[in-house]
Amino acid sequence: MLDSLLTLITFTPLIAALILALFLRGEDEAAQRSAKWVALGATTLTFVLSIFLYTGFDPANTGFQFVEEREWLLGLQYKMGVDGISVLFVLLTTFLMPLTIAACWDVTHRVKDYMIAFLVLETLMIGVFCALDLILFYLFFEAGLIPMFLIIGIWGGKERIYASFKFFLYTLLGSVLMLVAMIAMYLDAGTTDIPTLLTHQFGSESFSVLGIQILGGAQTLMFLAFFASFAVKMPMWPVHTWLPDAHVQAPTAGSVVLAAILLKMGGYGFLRFSLPMFPVGSEVMGPLVLWLSVIAIVYTSLVALAQEDMKKLIAYSSVAHMGYVTMGIFAVNQQGIDGAIFQMLSHGFISGALFLCVGVIYDRMHTREIDAYGGLVNRMPAYALIFMLFTMANVGLPGTSGFIGEFLTLMGIFQKNTWIAMFATTGVILSAAYALWLYRRVVMGDLIKESLKSITDMTPRERAVFAPLVFMTIFLGVYPAPVLDMIGPSVAALVDNYSTALLDSGFATQVAGN
Amino acid sequence: METLLLFAPLIGALICGFGWRLIGEQAACVVATGLLFLSAILSWIVFLGHDGTKEQIEILRWISSGTLDTSWAIRLDRLTATMLIVITTVSSLVHLYSFGYMAHDENFEEGHVYKPRFFAYLSFFTFAMLMLVTADNLVQMFFGWEGVGVASYLLIGFYYKKPSANAAAIKAFVVNRVGDFGFALGIFALFFLVDSIDMDVIFAAAPELAETNLTFLWAEWNAANLVMVLLFIGAMGKSAQLILHTWLPDAMEGPTPVSALIHAATMVTAGVFLVCRMSPLLEFAPDAKNLVVIIGSLTAFFAATVGLVQNDIKRVIAYSTCSQLGYMFVAAGVGVYSVAMFHLLTHAFFKAMLFLGAGSVIHAMHHEQDMRNYGGLRDKIPMTFWAMMIGTLAITGVGIPLLYIGFPVGFAGFVSKDAIIESAYAAAPMGGAFWLLVIAALFTSFYSWRLMFMTFYGKPRGDKHAHEHAHESPNTMLVPLGVLAIGAVFSGMVFYKPYFGSDESVEKFFGISGEKHAIVQPLGAAYAAGESDAKEGDEHHGRHVGEPGEGAIFMAAENTVLHDAHYVPKWVKVSPFIAMLLGLFTAWMFYIRDTSLPGRLARSQPILYQFLLNKWYFDEVYDLIFTEPAKRVGSFFWKRGDGNVIDGTINGVAMGIVPFFTRLAGRVQSGFMFHYAFAMVIGIVILITWFAIGGSAN
Repeated sequence: MLDSLLTLITFTPLIAALILALFLRGEDEAAQRSAKWVALGATTLTFVLSIFLYTGFDPANTGFQFVEEREWLLGLQYKMGVDGISVLFVLLTTFLMPLTIAACWDVTHRVKDYMIAFLVLETLMIGVFCALDLILFYLFFEAGLIPMFLIIGIWGGKERIYASFKFFLYTLLGSVLMLVAMIAMYLDAGTTDIPTLLTHQFGSESFSVLGIQILGGAQTLMFLAFFASFAVKMPMWPVHTWLPDAHVQAPTAGSVVLAAILLKMGGYGFLRFSLPMFPVGSEVMGPLVLWLSVIAIVYTSLVALAQEDMKKLIAYSSVAHMGYVTMGIFAVNQQGIDGAIFQMLSHGFISGALFLCVGVIYDRMHTREIDAYGGLVNRMPAYALIFMLFTMANVGLPGTSGFIGEFLTLMGIFQKNTWIAMFATTGVILSAAYALWLYRRVVMGDLIKESLKSITDMTPRERAVFAPLVFMTIFLGVYPAPVLDMIGPSVAALVDNYSTALLDSGFATQVAGN
Repeated sequence: METLLLFAPLIGALICGFGWRLIGEQAACVVATGLLFLSAILSWIVFLGHDGTKEQIEILRWISSGTLDTSWAIRLDRLTATMLIVITTVSSLVHLYSFGYMAHDENFEEGHVYKPRFFAYLSFFTFAMLMLVTADNLVQMFFGWEGVGVASYLLIGFYYKKPSANAAAIKAFVVNRVGDFGFALGIFALFFLVDSIDMDVIFAAAPELAETNLTFLWAEWNAANLVMVLLFIGAMGKSAQLILHTWLPDAMEGPTPVSALIHAATMVTAGVFLVCRMSPLLEFAPDAKNLVVIIGSLTAFFAATVGLVQNDIKRVIAYSTCSQLGYMFVAAGVGVYSVAMFHLLTHAFFKAMLFLGAGSVIHAMHHEQDMRNYGGLRDKIPMTFWAMMIGTLAITGVGIPLLYIGFPVGFAGFVSKDAIIESAYAAAPMGGAFWLLVIAALFTSFYSWRLMFMTFYGKPRGDKHAHEHAHESPNTMLVPLGVLAIGAVFSGMVFYKPYFGSDESVEKFFGISGEKHAIVQPLGAAYAAGESDAKEGDEHHGRHVGEPGEGAIFMAAENTVLHDAHYVPKWVKVSPFIAMLLGLFTAWMFYIRDTSLPGRLARSQPILYQFLLNKWYFDEVYDLIFTEPAKRVGSFFWKRGDGNVIDGTINGVAMGIVPFFTRLAGRVQSGFMFHYAFAMVIGIVILITWFAIGGSAN
């Protein structure tokens, strides 16, 4: 079984989706219930399978593990595998999906289709993190848009069509450029095999186009093309504006997946492609990325202060947190990248939980307007406690997982550029301001509004959904070793290879020569 | 034992906060309090049994990333031991006190269970504070640092229905975060420089850091100075020093036991503790030391001036705390770390007592906090009166000047505050810090006696009903006052020797036993000659210096302030006493003899009075230059930046298309979504086919 474990994990949800599509008939309550149970069962099974991945993974080995290679249609390659950088993203996905399904238990509109969308989405997301072939990766990466697009477009709020198209167009623009770069890579290296591409040296001789000097040559161009796609996915400033709209319109479960997993594809892409394959390009464009990151942190934190819609506020906060991620990645040192990966995982739990928190009261009051709430603690003490915990985790309180990532990325960037470190650290002040301000307006105060007088506290099902997230947030905050030990060696290898490649390319002398 | 001591409060917090439904409200609070008393007893055992040698106990791995390797660990030395007794003693007494104080709170409806929440927060705070002081590396200290910040946030906002309490809670957290911003950068800089954030490694590298330069932002800085300044910014936030002090007075929105524990005795002293903890590095950072002295003395002065005119009893004490913290920083800044810790210790007793006493008054007066509505309470609440009196005698520094019988004779504040003022003089004779502290001592005396006179003397003012029903507090509140009173009277005299005695006694107490020696010469032979009444004889004895980090504190060879402070001129030693008498006399003139004087003075100096009453307008200025602009800039970025510029230009074309699609979609409804998705799939298939054909052609 272990031989094709990744395939099993990846396609279990898809098979469940097929079963639902083919065999489940009717829209009555019984059918709805079975659709939900099938989805929950399949996602749980996937999670259980992925535990074998965790236990069987050898962190000391920095190469790809659980590799599967098969001939596929039309002479294409099907190649899957994970290393220290990707394995935990797989686990994050499989861990969150059952919770996501459980969180949308009360949906009544086209339940079967809804479940199918999530199951297909899970397969595609896991595929992105496991694919070791360029085309396979592209397939998963782009196809992942479709279910998300549908989830927002069909089950979303009033402006769902606008939001889903904005989401789609933004990401499409990026993908087109990435595709061009992939073709160029293929023409240059003659293969689409990712492990081979990782050792391939792409041209880094500077040249001029129309009188513009392109430092780092082909690598810089390819870097930019990939960057267009990943930056939109992250999303980085200034191509972030699709995210708040998408979140606001998406149903709760959609927001959870979007924030917790889909955004991480951008970060993963930087680590899998940009840094190792285009080190010179990364070095040339790195400063720009760092400045964009730090602008994202400060700018979106300030914007978050001004929000009146809960989901928008948390969406902007997500952009700020992803700013730490890109900053950590492009610090290109152990602490920075360890921190970036940790931040992505932890943000998966925390932002997921925060969107669920919004969902809890949205389900009751059907509004996300902050001003419509106030004083919830009086009637919802359990909710107040959980929301407090995740607010603090979002703020990066030590002892929660939010702290470790933020702290390590900042520590990493300090070694590279103190200006950026200084500006980014102001984020800890601003995040405290907007997060606590939100909490105060929603939860604290006297309960005056007539409409809230009969609001009820969280149900056992809702508490059960939060429990694993609470556990992970605190556990990883107190004892992050399970994550840091898994990723450490692979990150070290990545950083080593990066600096060696830079030396080999003679980039340093090239710059000095200019 | 240390581990049990450390985790007992956490266990208490969890049992109390989550278990009260099972074991009952009262039982939960009793458990939390019991565990805290256990922790206190263990602390005293540790403190008394500690021989000055450092112990380290590792508990669990924490963050490890490349060369960064940190653990949860306990570092036990004299600094830690001192903090342990301060924290657990005051905390356990405050727990006990809260049984009485929180018994009937009119902020909550009948039947609402709030006590377990309160006790759980208090215990959690104590745990975080213990984590802070036992930290063996800076990140764990940061954990405790932020942990106490959260506890403080929760407790300030305990009355969550009050908008003012909620605002104060956020303000406390955010202003502290400004300090943490500096603290965090300091940690990053240290890691960058020495590749570790363990105390031992940092201390060992201290001499080297003094010789290193670091590029930070626009310039090259001396590494030791830069790091210490950054860390000190953190200390300023937590200890409410000038510029970052604005949160502390507002924090009085919390219940009074909280003010006593967190905002007087323990949390706010964390900054002083940090500076003392970093003494091995600070000794190599002369510029940072100067900054600490400047900020400390200015705060001592500034807060005392504001304290003169406040009418809310808790705010007076809050500004007093702010001012006393300034004293501690001056001591640390001039290099007498043991004296800073000494004042921290004595201050914890008498300030906690003043707050708890104030709480008892407030309790008696049905939550009236305005002193203008007090008066003549001496006979109504005699026990509270005597407790407050002892606290006031201690803080104003009443004692017998120039009498020395192996230790000076006086209340706790007399001994420790005079030690600071003498040290300030020894470090810089006739310097600004010295004079600011003496003037602050005068003001301290004035506002403290003003508080006493307005509250307990004269005629009852304000609501008659409240005065008629004023009643003495229950025993659970009086017993803690009694215990603290013992500390306020005796702690100065008892702990004089180890904290501010001869060089040897301090060295032994703090575990400094290095081979290196330094010859210590008394300050300025001119006036030292006649001072034979000072300390035990030998003026030319060698002093142990040791390696940085070997003892709990480090004093470099050329730092002889501790020694010199014993040889300052007589008039310097008497000056705080005279300042105290002047303050007492003026307060008596103003509030006993002729009570119309304060009003007349205020009317004749309206500008000065308003300036002080409005706390030098710090809040207003900050609102003007930080808070409001932040909101406006945020709004501007959102509406103009995101709205017009980004959505307007970058995807102008795309957004032109969207409405078209939207209209289209509107017609075909959501069925269209599936068609669109299908088209995408087809697109991808075509793409793959292209690749495949290209691939096979190769």
